[in-house]
Amino acid sequence: MVTTTADVNDGIPVVRERSLSPFRMAMGRLFKKKIALVAMAILFVLYFTGIFAPLIANHDPNTINLRSTQEGPSSEHFFGTDRAGRDLFSRAVYGIRTTVIITAVGLVTGSLFLGVTLGLLTGYFQGIFDAFVMRVGELVSAFPDILLIILLAATLRPRIVDLVRNIEDWTGIDGLVSSGAADFFVISVALLPLSWFGMMRLVRGQVLTLRTMPYVEAANAIGVSTPRLMFTHLLPNTLAPIIVSASSGLGAVAGSEVILSFIGIGIQPPHPSIGRMIADVTFQGGGLVSVLRDHPEQLLTPIVIVFAFILCWNLLGDALNDVFNPRTR
Amino acid sequence: MLGYIIRRILWAPVLLFFAALFVFVMGEFAPGDPIEVALGQSYTEERAERLRELRGLNDPVAERFIKYIYNAVQLDFGESLSRRDRTVWELLAPKLKVSGQLFLAGIIISVTFGLPLGYYAASKQGQWMDPAIVGSTLFLMAIPVFFTAPLLILIFAVNLGWLPVGGWDGLFSTRIILPALVTGIPGIAGLVRMMRASTLEVLGQDYIRTARSKGLGEFVVRRRHVARNAMIPVLTILGFAIAGLFSGSLITELIFGIPGVSSFALQALSARDFPVITTLALIGAGMLVTVNLLVDILYAVIDPRITYD
Repeated sequence: MVTTTADVNDGIPVVRERSLSPFRMAMGRLFKKKIALVAMAILFVLYFTGIFAPLIANHDPNTINLRSTQEGPSSEHFFGTDRAGRDLFSRAVYGIRTTVIITAVGLVTGSLFLGVTLGLLTGYFQGIFDAFVMRVGELVSAFPDILLIILLAATLRPRIVDLVRNIEDWTGIDGLVSSGAADFFVISVALLPLSWFGMMRLVRGQVLTLRTMPYVEAANAIGVSTPRLMFTHLLPNTLAPIIVSASSGLGAVAGSEVILSFIGIGIQPPHPSIGRMIADVTFQGGGLVSVLRDHPEQLLTPIVIVFAFILCWNLLGDALNDVFNPRTR
Repeated sequence: MLGYIIRRILWAPVLLFFAALFVFVMGEFAPGDPIEVALGQSYTEERAERLRELRGLNDPVAERFIKYIYNAVQLDFGESLSRRDRTVWELLAPKLKVSGQLFLAGIIISVTFGLPLGYYAASKQGQWMDPAIVGSTLFLMAIPVFFTAPLLILIFAVNLGWLPVGGWDGLFSTRIILPALVTGIPGIAGLVRMMRASTLEVLGQDYIRTARSKGLGEFVVRRRHVARNAMIPVLTILGFAIAGLFSGSLITELIFGIPGVSSFALQALSARDFPVITTLALIGAGMLVTVNLLVDILYAVIDPRITYD
């Protein structure tokens, strides 16, 4: 509660109590958690780095320089160089950008757009549509995640690349394929099954209980339109679980992108990505052990980054859960 | 209850049918000709055509799918497209055996470390041990396999020289220790968290107070009343564990050079060997569906309070 004594009425101060919304109260509790703050700070640095990658990287991530291969960290190359003489710091920065884009796209398309919308619709209307979407969801979750993701990425890639080439021809925009935009599209589509069903089930469950609440009945009774009921009355009340689930889900999305690029069906070389960097070290030449002994920074750089992404999203998700969930508080 | 189980059992084959259909359609949709890949250098139009005719690839899609399902029901998954004269099952069985063993070893490690640790953390609630254990599980869950695998190799294989760097030699060999640890670690973290949460929940129940107040010794209360009841919700992790079989072991198999299902699946994908991939998807989905069903039934058997109506 915040008490303000701003108003003065006939010389007598009127105490007006303005109650904080539960959401703002939860946010207040979140900012008191040290772990959550640290996680948010690290994520901020990562996302800032990703967004402003071209300004932060001090080298071109793909320029091969065979005169300076396998160098250790120096003021010129902060994290040293790899087997082909590429600057590891710049590769890491651009790799972060890749993961940042994938998590952002994954969040917006999979969890928020598909998951929340379908959850609202199925929970509110129920019936055949609900049954159908739930069965499709069950089908998707019957596959082991990674198998489905790999299957989608591998089979869709050539089609999507063709499609993007056609778009290039029609519109005259060059370089969509060579810039790697098609790769992002492939990965985003492949990762969809990972995120939408969990979110949808969550929102649907919330809506199922909410729609029997008196305030929804009241809104119905005074003739509030259905879209308005859904988006202004139901949606805000499902916000807390949505935030919690989205935050913990993003760690999984980041991890899956790295795995896809690691096994060679995600971001294609020469475009830098964290998974490619790990694969470069693991599978090329002299083998993992010699790299570990002689140039551990080549493996540590990408691994610490994946680790930071997954750990921070998990920690933040945990903290958000504590903050929003009255039972565990 | 019985109705629910029957419904679930009847639904499972439908789910598997659609799973197979989905993979089959993906195979049709995917570009790339498996025959072309299989013939490689010796590709000629006539040979390819003959092979296609032989394998029935010229038949309509629907006919082929129905044939596949008809045979699959009798556990005949057809012939591989990329390796000549080998049935899918012949190729898959040894890989499944390897992955299964690795999976088993991983589960054993997760359970032997995870359950006692979770229980211990819960019984030390309010002391420094509890948050320390819970905190480290978050850490363990986020550590990518890319990191644990090389780290363990560096410590135990390269520096100490106790264990081999990689390779495969079956369940009873030192080669399995490192990969099993790598696949088991995320499971430890998950089990600790679940076991801790459910132990705490049980500790707060009335019947625990009753047991104590009727004068049962602390050991008996803990063993018979707390630990047993706390294990029930932990059962669900079994379902997740099966799903994790693929994702956890994929990277492990690649890094340690283990001839398991995951690396085989990748090969099959690049060869467009869709009979193999469809079968793999069917087996994966079948295992997942069966285990989830079993877990649900076990749940109700162990805890009579649970009903599904």
